Amino acid sequence: MKTLFKQREALLSILIVVMTLAVATITADFISLANLVIVYNDTAILIILALGQMLVIITRCIDLSVAANLAFTAMVVSMLNSQFPEIPVVFLLIIGALLGMCLGMINGLLVWKLGIPAIVVTLGTMSIYRGAVFLLSDGKWVNAHEMSESFIDIPRYVLLGLPLMAWLSILMIAVMYYFSRYQRTGREIFAAGNSPVAAFYCGMDVGKLQFKAFTISGLLAGLCGYLWASRYAVAYVDVAAGFELQVIAACVIGGISIMGGVGTVLGCVLGALFLGVINNALPVIGISPFWQMAISGAVIVIAVVVNTRAEQGHTRIILKKATLKAA
Amino acid sequence: MTQSTPFFSLRGICKSFPGVKALDDVQLDLYPGEVTALIGENGAGKSTLVKTVTGIYQPESGQLMLEGEPLILSSPDKAREHGITAIHQETVLFDELSVTENIFAGHYLRKGFFSTLDWPTMHKRAQQILESIDAPLSANTLLKHLSIGQRHMVAIARALSFDARVVILDEPTAALSHHETQELYAIVNKLKQAGCAILFISHKFDEIFSIADRFTVFRDGKYIDSGVISEVDESQLVKMMVGRSVDQIYPKVTVALGEEVLKAENLSHPTEFDDISFSLKRGEILGFYGLVGAGRTELMQGLFGVNELMTGRVSIEGQTVSIKSPAQAIAQGIVYVPEERQAQGAILDLPIYQNIGLPQLSKVNTNGWLSNYAEYQMADKFAHRLSVKAPNWLEKVENLSGGNQQKVVIAKWLATLPKVLILDEPTKGIDIGSKAAVHAFMSELVEQGLSVIMVSSELPEVMGMADRIIVMHEGLNVCQLNRDEFTAERIVSAATNGRQESA
Repeated sequence: MKTLFKQREALLSILIVVMTLAVATITADFISLANLVIVYNDTAILIILALGQMLVIITRCIDLSVAANLAFTAMVVSMLNSQFPEIPVVFLLIIGALLGMCLGMINGLLVWKLGIPAIVVTLGTMSIYRGAVFLLSDGKWVNAHEMSESFIDIPRYVLLGLPLMAWLSILMIAVMYYFSRYQRTGREIFAAGNSPVAAFYCGMDVGKLQFKAFTISGLLAGLCGYLWASRYAVAYVDVAAGFELQVIAACVIGGISIMGGVGTVLGCVLGALFLGVINNALPVIGISPFWQMAISGAVIVIAVVVNTRAEQGHTRIILKKATLKAA
Repeated sequence: MTQSTPFFSLRGICKSFPGVKALDDVQLDLYPGEVTALIGENGAGKSTLVKTVTGIYQPESGQLMLEGEPLILSSPDKAREHGITAIHQETVLFDELSVTENIFAGHYLRKGFFSTLDWPTMHKRAQQILESIDAPLSANTLLKHLSIGQRHMVAIARALSFDARVVILDEPTAALSHHETQELYAIVNKLKQAGCAILFISHKFDEIFSIADRFTVFRDGKYIDSGVISEVDESQLVKMMVGRSVDQIYPKVTVALGEEVLKAENLSHPTEFDDISFSLKRGEILGFYGLVGAGRTELMQGLFGVNELMTGRVSIEGQTVSIKSPAQAIAQGIVYVPEERQAQGAILDLPIYQNIGLPQLSKVNTNGWLSNYAEYQMADKFAHRLSVKAPNWLEKVENLSGGNQQKVVIAKWLATLPKVLILDEPTKGIDIGSKAAVHAFMSELVEQGLSVIMVSSELPEVMGMADRIIVMHEGLNVCQLNRDEFTAERIVSAATNGRQESA
C-alpha cells in the first residue's frame, strides 16, 4: 500500500478530506452521502478530461483545445439529437467520441508530422474548433426542450447509488490505469516523455506516441461533449469556455510534471477531485465565484512550488557524514 | 582464439553532415568472442560509426554484413532485432522508470489476448539478468536513485535482455571509479565467453591493452589500420591516431610565483564538501584531481558564488570578500569556465562575438546604446589571442568544434581581465590538437601573471600542467602535493581510497 500511495498522493488525499471536513463544520450537509455523490458527479467530466490531458502532458506536450473540442462535439450531438431524436443515445455518445478523436488526431498530426510545438498547434485549433461551432450552429443555441428525454436522462440514471455519468468516469479511470500500467503504448508514452532521446534509442517513435496521446485526449473530449450537453441541457458556442485551464490545473495539482514523463492516474484523479471539492465548497460557504478563481490559481502555484521542491530533494550527496545523517 | 571469419563487418561506409564528412569509406570487422578496440581522436568518427551501426543514422553508401549476409538497419528497432546493441557514453536511459522497465523498454514482454504487459515475469527476468552479471541491484528501484556505475550495469543488463550478439561499449569507463571499471571488465569477459562480438571504444590505452584482442584505428573519419593488439605498442597506436608522434604534449613553463592572490579557509557545504582550505599564488596552476563526483565542481561553483550554502572565508589579495553571486565573483576577479560547455559555458545560438562580449556589455554600452562595433572589436582581440578557428566572429558558436567552443568560453572570461581563472575539465571531449592549444594557453596566461585553478580527471593533464595538486575524495581534501612530490601512484590511490600513502 505504501508503494501504491506515493507521498504526494497521500498528501493530496489528506488535503481533500480535511477540506471536506472543514466545510462540513460550516454546513454539516456537505458530507452527507447524497451531497458527496453530487460533488463527485459534478467533477466527473473534469476527471475524464484530465486523464486525457495527463497523457498529453506526459509526452511533453499540452492540449489547449480540449474545451473547444468538447464544445464542438456537444453542438454536433445536440443538433443531431434535435433533428433526429430517434438516433439512440449510445450512438450519439460513440459519434461524439469518434468526432473528438478526429479533432485530437488533427492536433496530433500537426505536432507529429510538421513538428510544430503543441502549445502553438492547440492554441490555433482551439480557436478553429470554437469557430467551427459558430459556423455549424450559426450562433444559435440548442435548448433543453429541443433535446430528447433520453438524451438528458440517461447520464442521470442512478445505478447502485451513483449516476451513470459517475460510473462512466470510474470506468475511464480504471481503463486509464490499466492502459498506463499494462499496455505497451501507455508505458511508451511515459518513457518517451521521460527521455525522448532514450526512447528513440529504444526504437520508439516519439512523435507517433505524441500523436496517440492527442488522439486519446481528443476521444475523451468528444465523449465529454455529449456528457456536458446532457448535464447542462444546452449547447452553444461558448460551452465550457476556458475549461481547458481547469483541466490542465487538475493535472498540475495532481503532480503531473509539466516537463513530461512524471505522473500517475491516481494523482491526476485526486487533482481533479481537489478542484471539484473547491468548486463545490466555496459557494456553500458563501464565497464569491471570483474568489474561486483566485483560490484555484493560488493552489496551482503552490502545487508547482511543491513539485519543484520535491524534485530538488534528489540532489546527490557527496559527503559521507551527510549521507549518514540523511539515512 | 583468433578466428578468421568476422561475425559483423562494415565495408566502404560513408556518412556526411553539412560541411563535414564524418565517415569516409571506413571498414570494420568484429569477431565472435573477441573485443575489438576502436581508437581515434575526438572527431575521428567513432560516435557516428556507433550511431550508424545501431540504426540511428543511415549511411550514404557502403555495406553492413552480419554473418556474411548484407544487412540494412533502417531504425534502432531493426538493429535490436538483429541483436546489435550499444551502451552509450552517457547512459541513455529513463530516470523516472524502474530498473526493470529500463531493461525492457521497447521490447516489453506481453501476454494474453489484450497483450497485457507481464510485469511479474519482467521483474523476474530482470532480477535474473542482474544476478548473472553480479549487479547487486533491486529491479524495482527507480533509475534516478542509482549511481553512474550502477546505471551502466542496467544498460548492460538491457543489452543482455535481448540476446545481444554484437555489443558496442562507447567509452563506458569515462565516469566510472577504479572499482566499477574492474566490475565492468568482468562483465565484458562474460560477454566474450558468451560469444558476443564486442566493439570497445576508449581513450585510455591501459584499458585497451588489458581488455581488447584487436584494434581498428580511425583518423578524421577515415579508416587507418587494424590488427591484433598483442602485435602493437602504445606509441605505434598513438602514431596511427594522430598521424605523427606526440612528444611534448604538456607545454609547462616554470613561472616564478608571486604573492598570494586567493586564500580559501574552511570552505564547507552541508552535503557536498567539508573543511577545504588552500591558497593560490600569482602565476600558479593549482590542480584539483579526484574521481567524478568527488565534489570538485561543487567547490568551484561555491567559489564562483553559485553554491549558496557554502560557508567559510575567501580572501582576495589579503582582503576578505563576500561572494554570493557570480556577478560578485566576476567583480572580484574570479571567473569560472564550467565543465558543461554547452549548457553552462556558451550560448550556442549567439554568434561568437556576442558570446565573448556578454559578461561586460556595460563596457560597450556608451551613452545608452550598445555598440556592436565596440563589442566586435573587443571580441576580435580575445578571439585572435586564443586563435579561435572560425570564418569570422559572426558565426554561431554551435557551428564550432568542441575545442573552439571551449576557446570562445575562455576568451569570454579573459575579456573581463580576471585574477583567478577556474577551469573545470578544460579539455574534456576535445581533440588532441585543441587540447595542446588550451594547455599552451594556460602556460601563457600564468606567465602574464594570472592564477589558474584547474579541475581535471585526466591524470597526465594535472601532472603535466599543475604546480600543486589537491586531491579530493568524497568531498574531502585528502592530500596536497607539490610538483616534486607528484607520482601517479600517490595521486590515484589518494583519489580512489581517500588515504594518503607514503611514496
